Amino acid sequence: MNAIGRPSFRSLNQEGIVFAIAVALFAAAAIGLPGFLTADNIVAIVRSVSVLGILALGMAVVIIGRGIDLSAVAIMAMSVAWYLQLLNTGTPDGLAFAYVLVGVLAIGLLNGFLVAYADVPAIFVTLATGSFVFGYVRSQLITQDAVPVPQGHWVELLGGLRFLDIPVEVFVFAGLAFLFFLFLRYTKWGRYIYFAGDNPVAARNIGIPVRPMLVLRYVLSAFVALIAGLLTAASLHSINTRVVNSTLLYDIVLVAVIGGIGLSGGRGGVRNVLVGAALIGILLNAMTIIDIPLLYQNLIKAAILLGAIIVDGIINPRDEQTAQQGDI
Amino acid sequence: MKLIRTLMAAATALAVTAFVAPTFAADDPGPAAYAKALNGKRVMLVPLAMGFDLAQGWAHYLKKEVEGWGGTFETRDPNWVVDAGAQAITDAISSDTRPDVLIIHAPDLNSYSKLMKKAQAAGTYVILVDNPANFPADAFVGSDWDRLGQLEAEAAIKGCGPNSSKKIGLVQGDQANSSSLYQYAGIMKVLDKNPDFKVVAKPDSNWDATTSRNVTTTMLQQNPDICSIIDFWDGDATGASAAIRDAKLDGKVFLVTTGGGEKAADCDKLADGTYGAVVMTDLARQSGDMNAIIKFLLQSGQPAGTSHTYIYTLEKATTKADLKPDSCWDLKALQAEAAAK
Repeated sequence: MNAIGRPSFRSLNQEGIVFAIAVALFAAAAIGLPGFLTADNIVAIVRSVSVLGILALGMAVVIIGRGIDLSAVAIMAMSVAWYLQLLNTGTPDGLAFAYVLVGVLAIGLLNGFLVAYADVPAIFVTLATGSFVFGYVRSQLITQDAVPVPQGHWVELLGGLRFLDIPVEVFVFAGLAFLFFLFLRYTKWGRYIYFAGDNPVAARNIGIPVRPMLVLRYVLSAFVALIAGLLTAASLHSINTRVVNSTLLYDIVLVAVIGGIGLSGGRGGVRNVLVGAALIGILLNAMTIIDIPLLYQNLIKAAILLGAIIVDGIINPRDEQTAQQGDI
Repeated sequence: MKLIRTLMAAATALAVTAFVAPTFAADDPGPAAYAKALNGKRVMLVPLAMGFDLAQGWAHYLKKEVEGWGGTFETRDPNWVVDAGAQAITDAISSDTRPDVLIIHAPDLNSYSKLMKKAQAAGTYVILVDNPANFPADAFVGSDWDRLGQLEAEAAIKGCGPNSSKKIGLVQGDQANSSSLYQYAGIMKVLDKNPDFKVVAKPDSNWDATTSRNVTTTMLQQNPDICSIIDFWDGDATGASAAIRDAKLDGKVFLVTTGGGEKAADCDKLADGTYGAVVMTDLARQSGDMNAIIKFLLQSGQPAGTSHTYIYTLEKATTKADLKPDSCWDLKALQAEAAAK
């Protein structure tokens, strides 16, 4: 094994396989599909997975620490829906944003606290808080599934922002990916996440503040979800809370897992998210150009995920340690 | 003189009594029969979700009318989850307060068929609204989606004009919902009659605005000369319009969609040029149709499941040119009205 968190290139790993598939698909589409290999289409591909990729970055950090955040999509949609609802009913912008920030922080802290200190499995905690956030905001704070952005508001202007004809989401995704890379690779707490994810008990025994760090990860994931929600609203000029019922949550996990971030924790990084997002982006774009019906698109997507998981199981067999401590 | 005057007064009084008395006797039997048949009856609406304009509009108009004749009106909110809707219907049928009329907004052609049959067997009239299903309900009230698709295609052809590229893109809903399937069939009927117009792409949005935006972006890059796009629902057409805006093709691509005729969702967007044409459902009239058929069924005395009526709502493609102050209904105004009570 190389240093922890650094994918090994000596043996073929999942990231390598998925990267190879993505490159092969890209090459095939570039040759076979007219209009695929244009600057505009490449930008469109990156843009179509930007929000997904941003959410996957937050998810990746949680998964590397051997957790999972199933409340991400609910936080993303409901925080922004609440924010827009407050604006539409005349709350001053600064105050409305402060409310929402406090709300998002509170949910992140609650997730982290329940997982870290109450020892409830992350999958149950975040499933419950996700439902709670959706149910509470939908029934108490907003009146409609879809909440429009007030005309001329900064969120609307953000959506129209372009540099070199490239939409702002792409830059935010790139910027966040870089920040996460720096955090995971070069900060002490970033490195600790790998230790805590790989072996929480050992990490605690050598004096790493495992529990406070766990809380931090869920707070981080919640804020990343807020950013993703703001970008979605910026582009569509509204947010539709129906997205909570969609497959977006599974797509986020798909991007992280397919890129090679093991659900057993302690492995992977930003590069895995980028590779996973690239594959999904190229795949969806090519299938749309070929005009494959949605039912088959889902089938193909699911088959690729299943394939990646099987290959991962063969290449990275479960070792004694994971067998004893279990997955998430 | 005095005697004559007294006599005349007496005669007048007599005449008045003679004329008025029979009017008192001939009491109109209508209101009593109406009250007897309707009073205390329960009506329940189970839409796909309560969180969108159509359901909120229906609920508003139905509640007003049902409570007006002394009935009870309830709604259930499955929040787009088919299972939750099935659960709501099951609970309603087996509860002590079984509704006398169940109004169901079906998610697809088949999911609720068995439950609706059970409801009818228990004596509940079943009215399907908006989405048809493979089930002989007591009445269907809603759009003829095939016709609606034809209107959309005609609007798209008109929006393109004779000297355009004649390329049309579709953003379908999904491949399960009847409104999507029939809408597509209707569009293709018109395009078959206009063979110079071609559908260049027909991706699904899965009723999601972000997906609609992504597929429309790809569609426009592949075919920058598309002259019209038909998105199958105004709930996700905001995505298609975002893609058109991003591609700087505003005004060049004529976006056609369909919706419930709510002001913010449809008329405002027609006015600002986001949509070229919207085939709008006249929601107040559609709710009125439902109210009429509810009152008819409850008085008819015929058992549930024996009548099969189709009441299609009159649809019309509205453009900016024929937008009138009363073209749309205003959800905000209805909510304010409800809040003021």
